[in-house]
Amino acid sequence: MHTLTTLAASLPAATIGPAPEPVSGGIYLVAPALVGIPVLGAAILLLGGRRTDRWGHWLGVAASSLSFVFGAVVFVALLGRPADQRVLDLSVRSWIDAGAFQVDAGIRIDPLSMTFVLLVTFVGSLIHVYSVAYMEHDADRRRFFAYLNLFVAAMLTLVLANSYLLLFVGWEGVGLASYLLIGFWNHRTEYAVAAKKAFVANRIGDLGLIIALGLMFANFGSVSFLDVLGDRSAQVSEGVATAIGLMLLLAACGKSAQFPLQSWLGDAMAGPTPVSALIHAATMVTAGVYLIVRSAPIMNEAPTAQLVVVIVGAITLLFGAIVGCAKDDIKKALAASTMSQIGYMILAAGLGPVGYAFAIFHLVTHGFFKAGMFLGAGSVMHGMDDQVDMRRFGGLARYMKITWLTFMAGWLAILGIPPFSGFFSKDKIIEAAFVPVAGAEWRAWVFGTVTLLGAGITAFYMSRLFFMTFEGERRWSTQRDGSAQHPHEAPRLMTWPMIVLAVGSVGIGLFLALGGKFVEWLEPVTGTPEHEEPVLPVWLLITLTLGVVVVGTVIAYRRYAAATVPVVPPLGTALTRAARVDLYQDTVNDVALVEPGQALTRSLVFADRAVVDGAVTGIARSQIGLGEITRRVQTGFVRSYAATMLLGLVVLVVVVLATQS
Amino acid sequence: MSDFTAPTVAWAQLSPVLIVLLAAVVGVLVEAFVPAARRRAVQLGLSVVALAGALVAVAALWSGVSDDGGTAVLGGSLIVDGPTLVLQGTLALLALLALLVVVDRTETGEDAFAPSASSVPGSEYEELARRKGVEQTEIYPLLLFATGGMLIFPAAGDLLTLFVALEVLSLPLYLLTGMARRRRLLSQEASMKYFLLGAFTSALMLFGIALVYGYSGSLRYSTIADATQEASGLDGLLLVGSVLILAGLLFKVGAAPFHTWTPDVYQGAPTPITGFMAACTKVAAFGALLRIVYVVLPGLDWDLSVVLWTVTILTMVVGTVGALVQTDMKRVLGYSSIAHAGFILTGVVALNQAGLTAVLFYLLVYGAATIGAFGVVWLVRERSVQPDGSAGAVLGEASHLSQWAGLGRSNPALALVFALFLLSFAGIPLTAGFAGKFAVFSAAIEGGAWPLALIGVLSSSAAAFFYVRIIVLMFFTEPAGSPEAEGAAAAEDGASGLPLDVPAAQVPAEQPATALAVEVRAAATTTTTVVGTEGFAAVAIAVCAAATVILGVAPSWLLELIGGVAQFLP
Repeated sequence: MHTLTTLAASLPAATIGPAPEPVSGGIYLVAPALVGIPVLGAAILLLGGRRTDRWGHWLGVAASSLSFVFGAVVFVALLGRPADQRVLDLSVRSWIDAGAFQVDAGIRIDPLSMTFVLLVTFVGSLIHVYSVAYMEHDADRRRFFAYLNLFVAAMLTLVLANSYLLLFVGWEGVGLASYLLIGFWNHRTEYAVAAKKAFVANRIGDLGLIIALGLMFANFGSVSFLDVLGDRSAQVSEGVATAIGLMLLLAACGKSAQFPLQSWLGDAMAGPTPVSALIHAATMVTAGVYLIVRSAPIMNEAPTAQLVVVIVGAITLLFGAIVGCAKDDIKKALAASTMSQIGYMILAAGLGPVGYAFAIFHLVTHGFFKAGMFLGAGSVMHGMDDQVDMRRFGGLARYMKITWLTFMAGWLAILGIPPFSGFFSKDKIIEAAFVPVAGAEWRAWVFGTVTLLGAGITAFYMSRLFFMTFEGERRWSTQRDGSAQHPHEAPRLMTWPMIVLAVGSVGIGLFLALGGKFVEWLEPVTGTPEHEEPVLPVWLLITLTLGVVVVGTVIAYRRYAAATVPVVPPLGTALTRAARVDLYQDTVNDVALVEPGQALTRSLVFADRAVVDGAVTGIARSQIGLGEITRRVQTGFVRSYAATMLLGLVVLVVVVLATQS
Repeated sequence: MSDFTAPTVAWAQLSPVLIVLLAAVVGVLVEAFVPAARRRAVQLGLSVVALAGALVAVAALWSGVSDDGGTAVLGGSLIVDGPTLVLQGTLALLALLALLVVVDRTETGEDAFAPSASSVPGSEYEELARRKGVEQTEIYPLLLFATGGMLIFPAAGDLLTLFVALEVLSLPLYLLTGMARRRRLLSQEASMKYFLLGAFTSALMLFGIALVYGYSGSLRYSTIADATQEASGLDGLLLVGSVLILAGLLFKVGAAPFHTWTPDVYQGAPTPITGFMAACTKVAAFGALLRIVYVVLPGLDWDLSVVLWTVTILTMVVGTVGALVQTDMKRVLGYSSIAHAGFILTGVVALNQAGLTAVLFYLLVYGAATIGAFGVVWLVRERSVQPDGSAGAVLGEASHLSQWAGLGRSNPALALVFALFLLSFAGIPLTAGFAGKFAVFSAAIEGGAWPLALIGVLSSSAAAFFYVRIIVLMFFTEPAGSPEAEGAAAAEDGASGLPLDVPAAQVPAEQPATALAVEVRAAATTTTTVVGTEGFAAVAIAVCAAATVILGVAPSWLLELIGGVAQFLP
């Protein structure tokens, strides 16, 4: 513990960026419109009703695209400022003013928030376009677009907020949008249950954020970034910082499906595929990473919390990867992969200043290649009559060339093959994980090995997914109406977004990594890390990483492309069977949480029936029987009520008199 | 007799109270002298004018009070200061909104009250009165008397006035509770329970007043406050007396362990009256509680905080846990009001300026959402189904939760508004409830009561679950009886582990030939329907919804306004 604190003491100077500069005019005034436009879009679509059915989806696309344009304008303006003046606070108006407690609703414009704005609006607009075709035959397409716009608005609120309270508003907003979209096809019971599961897991996470808010207010007297993350963050005791850090981590775990709140993400795949691409791959689930990186000054004061963050990231990374190896449902395999990749980001964020920038870097590249692959999966489902079982795919490369090629770009990117984008971001995280921590040499080795191992498993399951879908022989089932499958390429409105994302998957990593451009851009927020060498030389790490990736890919090729894939899943090893059921996460949840909860509820229900409801049931019967029972029940209960009150009163009086002396 | 000097009465300061009580007296005369056919219209006009007049009177007094901090009138029996005016304004406004729901006869042409409350439920006489369309317009003066008592309650400057105000507000409420048109036995039982338990606590409170008088030799708040500062050997007298007085007030706000009446009475009372009671009684009682705790007992802060802390924690927990297992909408809202009493108490316990402001603000937003929510419950009815499948007569409120399934599809606007109120109860950001919760919890943290704030946050998180469950029920669940509903309901049940009982509607019924039995029999096969309003209730619900949204998005102006005058006159 002693060494940890000395480490912390040596670091803070590196992490506190320039103080935010208040702005009140100029081009930055368009920033509120970033949120306002999609809100307006959603409002028109929801209030307009059926009248807007014909053009509503294009309105949704336009709102999202316009937000992107405005975002780009602000981004260019920000680029035009010197690097140390790129943190701006735009106060919109006083929001809550209750005596000592004041919150201004304001916007924080800095490199971190603008990175998210561009990612959310750019990928979001592409997915809006894709959805126009994907949801074409859905009677409620307009409502779908309204929710998508609502999501974009909430996500932008989350990242643009300049206080934790406003962030919380966005945080709840994206949760609501996610909830509405998972349950979009709520006529299917299982989907409604999935939506509920996501809701409960998120509520537990939200609780963490609320408690963190309370702790901040108690210690800083404010919840704005300016006060909490400014110079004063170094003045709180380590215990307080650790408590806040752990609560923020809990919030991040709920939103980003990290261990132990990971169970909802797989089920959330019940939503339409564009939703999985936008919300459950590219943006919303990464909000946890944003929260941790945004709170860097607090996290830096809490080495213990940081260690927990790293551990959670490492566990989830392996958990998701192992689950991904056994899933036959293409969307669930991708969901497991998302969980695992976000594990990488959380791990990087927990490493402190050496990792923050790479966490965000990987987040951006992941946003491109994972969204691209999800859209590819949607395209496959579109061509295969909504079939999702990969054991029923095979040999699709010939029939959907564009999907195949774009998916390949995403696949190579997530594998981390140079020069595809995942190489630049993931490899940096592996290097950062191998950077030694003074006084705790074991950490570099343990976490470094986990990330390295994760890369190998990732290569295996993603190759498995790719080969089972596009290579090998056909294993197609019939369509639901009994006719043969006719896989075909998706319409242009769907393929173009995929192509654009594929280009991003190929090039954005190299583009942003050249000359350390991206890391430098984020420095005002993440701080300038001191350069440190990993325990192994960098060239060896790159070689090792590529080595395990190749091994994983070759194994996958031999088993799923060269050999015949059985249509019925084989029994498999104990680990495979466990992974198929998400490593028994639901069983664990049931035993640890649901059953005690239900037992408690049942006993309450019993007590309620016996004691409280007795009166009501008595009345219901008396309406029929009109008689003796009623009077008896009536008298009995008033007496017992009065007894309760009297007993309570006596206890209170006794307590007062007892504490008096 | 010659040395008698008439007290100077500051009529202006009394005007809000006087207007309402005078109108109530006139209302009694109206009952006697105006022909039955025109009585309702006259009573309605009179009540609206009186409550609006009280509101105007409060507004007229505002600037004076915010300048000089207020005055004690009637020799200190009533204190007209900032908090009094805020509370009286809130009360007049909420009572006006509640009145609009009360007067609404809906498109069925029947109001919420028994046509002849004195007749035996189910008797021929009652059926006759019903057919003739008899109405009991006495409810209007009763409502005004209750409101008048409520206006005095938080302004009382001595314990005797406090007690008289308590009785003035309580007695009409006991009566109103027992006057429901439907489910009359339930209503009368509720009334009886409320009365017995109310009388019980009145007696306790009176005993407490006597003890405190014994200690301090005065009933005047300020004198008692001075007396608490001085050491004496009679501390036990003062402490027990204070606890008894607090118990009387905590009973009125519905705080545990004095909450037992709440769910039963809320369920039994006519729904519009429940809305009025839930909102206005809470405002008045919290107002009185605030004055006692902030003005009379600060000297006992250390000794009594254990009582307030215990009660606060217990109330939040009991309210939340109780609501989780309810299957009746009115009982859910009843338990929810208990939980809210707990949240408001955290602000009271804060014992600081911010806490005072926060409580006053919370009372308004909670009251608005409550009246709105009960207004909606009043409009969602059972409709009997004839044997041939056609729709029959409109019956009482469809208060079983399962009857609300699918309301979001059949009546999206109403369901949306109700969802808004529920979200406000749950304290979701951008609703007024969130601003209120944030204000009380941050005040509690500031006042060092962070464990209370923590428990408050935890229980409001748990509470969000059952509010959202209702929203899910309205929007995402098939109505009972539809083919898809059975499987979905089973899955819903199994997954949540919460009970959705067999609706009371399915209880097989014997069939005696009375109006009451007709209701019961019809209930065996009913559908849920939403009745149209005469316009009054729609206005009230719309105003409540607007307030919930506006105060959620922009609460600061009101917080500032309240904060500017929230200072008790010693």
